[in-house]
Amino acid sequence: MGLEFYTSKLADAVNWARKYSLFQYPFVTACCGMEFMALWGPKYDVARFGAEFPRFSPRQADLLIIVGTITERQGPILRRIYEQMCEPKWTIAFGVCASTGGFYQNYSTMPGADQCIPIDVYIPGCPPRPEQVLDGLIMLQDKIQNGQGFVQRREKREHDAGKNKLKVLP
Amino acid sequence: MSLAVLQRAKELLGDTIKSTHSYRGDDTLVVDAAAIVEVMRLLKDEVGMDFLVDLTCVDYLGREPRFEVVYHLRSMKTGERLRVKAPLDEPEDGSNPALDSVVPLWAGANWFEREVWDLYGIRFHNHPDLRRILMYEEFVGHPLRKDYPKERRQPLVRRDPNE
Repeated sequence: MGLEFYTSKLADAVNWARKYSLFQYPFVTACCGMEFMALWGPKYDVARFGAEFPRFSPRQADLLIIVGTITERQGPILRRIYEQMCEPKWTIAFGVCASTGGFYQNYSTMPGADQCIPIDVYIPGCPPRPEQVLDGLIMLQDKIQNGQGFVQRREKREHDAGKNKLKVLP
Repeated sequence: MSLAVLQRAKELLGDTIKSTHSYRGDDTLVVDAAAIVEVMRLLKDEVGMDFLVDLTCVDYLGREPRFEVVYHLRSMKTGERLRVKAPLDEPEDGSNPALDSVVPLWAGANWFEREVWDLYGIRFHNHPDLRRILMYEEFVGHPLRKDYPKERRQPLVRRDPNE
């Protein structure tokens, strides 16, 4: 039982703290926004999961929720917002349009937001029920706890490859 | 003003009208595209159709003439409606079909004509600012033309696969 024991326990503690204090940036483009408001409201109350606090600046957020259709024209905007967020960061595709493009199969619609940014959790539905979104959020929390988020895995890979040695890696 | 709007338009415009039809209260004029501004000016000033409700376009691929620019007019005074169609064919040299802009008559036609240019590739002479309005500048082609391939994508940004 050496140093690894303590660092892995530290990682567990930090990830535990991260998963219950998700500051979200809602990127709301379409009708799914209505269902997203229901999620925020007192009936479904996403605050119970520690993710109620929206930050309307990507620099203060660590969860990007893409709510609604992403068009090709919005792609560069979405990519810039994602890149402005500080790491570690996570993303949720809310609804079938953000996940796959949905029933839009045409010249203007991006077939899924994962064409331009990495997505951690896909929530299908048109729109998804708030229960589905809460389920998706819990799945994301499990991913965060286990270090399985996209950015977490990349950090782990880079750390194992000998990069970022100065970075304290939970 | 007691005559139906179609009747008044016919008397006023004469030869520039190619055909008319009327169905369940919807009156339609088909006019010569080259004379569109003069026709619209007369309809606005003399017939009283003073409001441009909509300006759009239809692509009848495989038919001659291929395009039809459609104007919907309304009289704010009497509530009458009139539809004006201007058939337009593709020029032999492969350039974009074109007709005159009605922005001098209705400033509201500005964005409608930009939309028709963007999606159908029809140019409007004397338009003050004929740029794309919905698609991005990098976009090639006019996506609502019937010969635009349904599957063609023109992405602005894609992920690095090694990200």
